Amino acid sequence: MAFQEIALPQSLGTTGSITERLHELVVTVDHKKLGLMYIGTALIFLIVSGSMAGLIRAQLAVPNNDLISPQVFNRLFTMHGTAMIFLFGMPIVAGLMNYLVPLMIGARDMAFPRLNAFGYWMFLFGGLLLFFSYLAAPGLSGHGSAPDVGWFAYAPLTGRAFSQGHSTDYWILALLVSGIGSIVSAINVIATIVSLRCKGMTLMRMPLFVWLMLIVSGMILSALPPLTAAQIMLLLDRFLGSRFFDTQAGGSAVLWQHFFWIFGHPEVYILMIPGFACVSEIIPVFSRKPMFGYPMMVAATVMIGSISMSVWAHHMFSVGMTSVGNTFFAVSTMLVGIPTGIKIFNWLGTMYGGKIRFELPMIFCIGFLFQFLIAGLTGIMLGVAPFNWQLTDSYFVVAHFHYVLIGGLLFTIFAAIYYWYPKAFGRMLDRKLGLWHFWLFLIGFHLTFDPQHIAGILGMPRRIYTFDPGRGWEIYNLISSIGAIFQAAGLLCLVANLLLSLRKGERAGDDPWDAWTLEWTTTSPPPEYNFETLPEVRSRRPLWDLKHPKDPDWKYE
Amino acid sequence: MTPRLLKRPGSLWPGRKSALPLALATGMLAGTVYAGAPGQITNIFEPLSTPAESVYQSALLTLAICAVIFLIVGGLLLYTTIRFRRRAGDDSLEPPQIYGSNQIELAWTVIPILIVFVLVLVTARTTADVQNQPALPDSLNVTVVGHQWWWEIRYPELGIVTANELHVPVSNAAKRKLTFLRLESADVAHSFWVPQLAGKTDLIPNRVNVMWIEPKQVGTYLGNCAEYCGTQHARMLVRVIAHEPEDFARWAAAQQETGVEEPRVKDGRQLFFATSCINCHAIRGTVAKGRFGPDLTHLMSRDTLASGAARNTPEKLRGWMRNPQTIKDGALMPDMKLSDEELDHITAYLQTLK
Repeated sequence: MAFQEIALPQSLGTTGSITERLHELVVTVDHKKLGLMYIGTALIFLIVSGSMAGLIRAQLAVPNNDLISPQVFNRLFTMHGTAMIFLFGMPIVAGLMNYLVPLMIGARDMAFPRLNAFGYWMFLFGGLLLFFSYLAAPGLSGHGSAPDVGWFAYAPLTGRAFSQGHSTDYWILALLVSGIGSIVSAINVIATIVSLRCKGMTLMRMPLFVWLMLIVSGMILSALPPLTAAQIMLLLDRFLGSRFFDTQAGGSAVLWQHFFWIFGHPEVYILMIPGFACVSEIIPVFSRKPMFGYPMMVAATVMIGSISMSVWAHHMFSVGMTSVGNTFFAVSTMLVGIPTGIKIFNWLGTMYGGKIRFELPMIFCIGFLFQFLIAGLTGIMLGVAPFNWQLTDSYFVVAHFHYVLIGGLLFTIFAAIYYWYPKAFGRMLDRKLGLWHFWLFLIGFHLTFDPQHIAGILGMPRRIYTFDPGRGWEIYNLISSIGAIFQAAGLLCLVANLLLSLRKGERAGDDPWDAWTLEWTTTSPPPEYNFETLPEVRSRRPLWDLKHPKDPDWKYE
Repeated sequence: MTPRLLKRPGSLWPGRKSALPLALATGMLAGTVYAGAPGQITNIFEPLSTPAESVYQSALLTLAICAVIFLIVGGLLLYTTIRFRRRAGDDSLEPPQIYGSNQIELAWTVIPILIVFVLVLVTARTTADVQNQPALPDSLNVTVVGHQWWWEIRYPELGIVTANELHVPVSNAAKRKLTFLRLESADVAHSFWVPQLAGKTDLIPNRVNVMWIEPKQVGTYLGNCAEYCGTQHARMLVRVIAHEPEDFARWAAAQQETGVEEPRVKDGRQLFFATSCINCHAIRGTVAKGRFGPDLTHLMSRDTLASGAARNTPEKLRGWMRNPQTIKDGALMPDMKLSDEELDHITAYLQTLK
């Protein structure tokens, strides 16, 4: 092994007064600190926009409720959606990438550490800008407050004529700013993976996590610019009198929808593939077997990444495309189901014949597998264009994508937190609290979202602030609202666990899970320079080789 | 190094005391499956019109395929999780390390491709069936214009303009009667959705969409605007009333008439035309020609006010004029600050618009 000299910084940031430590956070360019800052901030935004969802559920618990006015309600669901996607989903993904990619490929930091810090601060200020709209958007004219145009911001509702004041401007600018953060962090991850892999780590020896994050970063680079372009066009419409989306002057409302969903659909996969990435690390370790069909997993993800760029108009089956156009997008949508199915089968193949250990990360992964299966099947239903005419914009869709993003993504994020927390803080998370978290959240999730499928089938449209009794929606909405309480309680257990275990958790050691990838070779928490000596690998599971010298992986790969 | 994994298999439950609340919650979850009979009015699985029936057929097939996939994959998952769990007495040896299998992976690639192929055929066929339906000889043509937050309904061939309640003839096997809707929007995007009649089609400004319905039973069908369109998206309800052909002809004839001036409501009439009401509302045969709000020529023939926000009763009508915001917060109709007496007069006048 080759030695490489590195300069040790004088302060490692874990000592000193509070001011010194805060200052350290502000000036840091360490990928691990930034990663944790991303994750911490994202969790705060999760709680904030989750509470907004709580208010939404409170309003919808009973018919003709006047707890919340329609104006406030519309702001709530707009802010909830926007914040969950851009201020929780994107940054938590960025945080995981930041923290883990360099450790997994045996690098000392990201390729561009300062760009990395820049990305975080752009995201943070973009997020603050969005919420600042509650105070500032009324402007001198007193119109508006927070954005109330939906996270999809369909034209021409966003035009000057229908959206007075500056709420829509805040929506545009906040996302432009945080979008720059996402783009630079994607560039950074690609550069890091391409150029900083340790000796012996060929592309096909990278952990699947790294592979999937590479693909996600490529997707971010191709999907975000259309949104950025559309938002700049909208700004031009609003301030400089252009007419891209001004239907009164010959502009096109459908053009915005195309732009938005060319971004919006890949975005779903941009959020979901990192979930797959975490699962693909955790399931093998707790099944005690290598990933089944590694090359196929890589290929399937590349397929998802590329096909997902051509499915956007399945969000638009009801805008009046021709039957040929509708059929094309139905076909491309169902094609995505094939690589996604392959992934589920490969995870299943990994578990099959293993010795599955029900540690917390694995429990969340199993929950994920069941829920993601259902989410995928309701996705197929929505992909059948005629069925979609009935289901789209109903509560069925709300149920479907919450199954994807909570039942799928959030469960994998929880799994990731339980799995890598010991590495980041050197302490184990408490199992008992973790189980409380799992069961409360699981039950809450199903109470909230299972009945919404039925409400949608009974004709309940999305984004309504209230409804009349008599159509059979009452009971499903009430149960749905009760479920929100369980989810909140579950989340509370997680927060308590994260804070309590920081000091009281059992010491983790370097490798508490008997895992196989490089991040477990260094100390917990890892030193600022990650590895004393840069590692050298000969297979996909370097620690397996180390632990089983008589039966190493590189003999078979 | 003793990995902690080998030390404690551990229970999946947080503890014995926690069993009760968790079981309670699980019971509630099971309850959702059985609770409440499905509503009879806007259920997409109770279609009563040809396009909705076509969708229903393809939906059933899709659901069946998905159910089979769910049972097989879900069953495999459950089996694998239980069968291959680590047991208390297990040795600490690692299980056989399997890296993959080309045959198996090929199989679970090809099978989904076949399923997708079937679904694609169903989709293509139903999509074409519904979207490419040609007009029959005596189809009815109606123009529906979406407004924030109400529906303007025009029958160009019959010379009728109304709002929020679409009257159509019923179709029967002996003589099919299709209604084609030309969908437009005056402001932002809306979506026409009456679940028992057809799927959604959007009403988009600066664009014309077409959809068709063919109700097979006499009665009232409920629907909503299904595309978020601003503050009162929730209270933008639509009703479709299907009549026997003779009844429809009678309704159309009544709508085509111009109202008679009743001398007893002269004061209210004068007030109505002197106030700004006529800037937005039209009454056929008078100087009131506004199009920003609903046509009031036959206001009293409608069941509801404010696009389904309230029943059309004299009290509600009066309350609506007194302050529209109390009935529909955010509605674009202004409060004209009328006195009680003025309100009485105008309400009385509007009551004569039968």
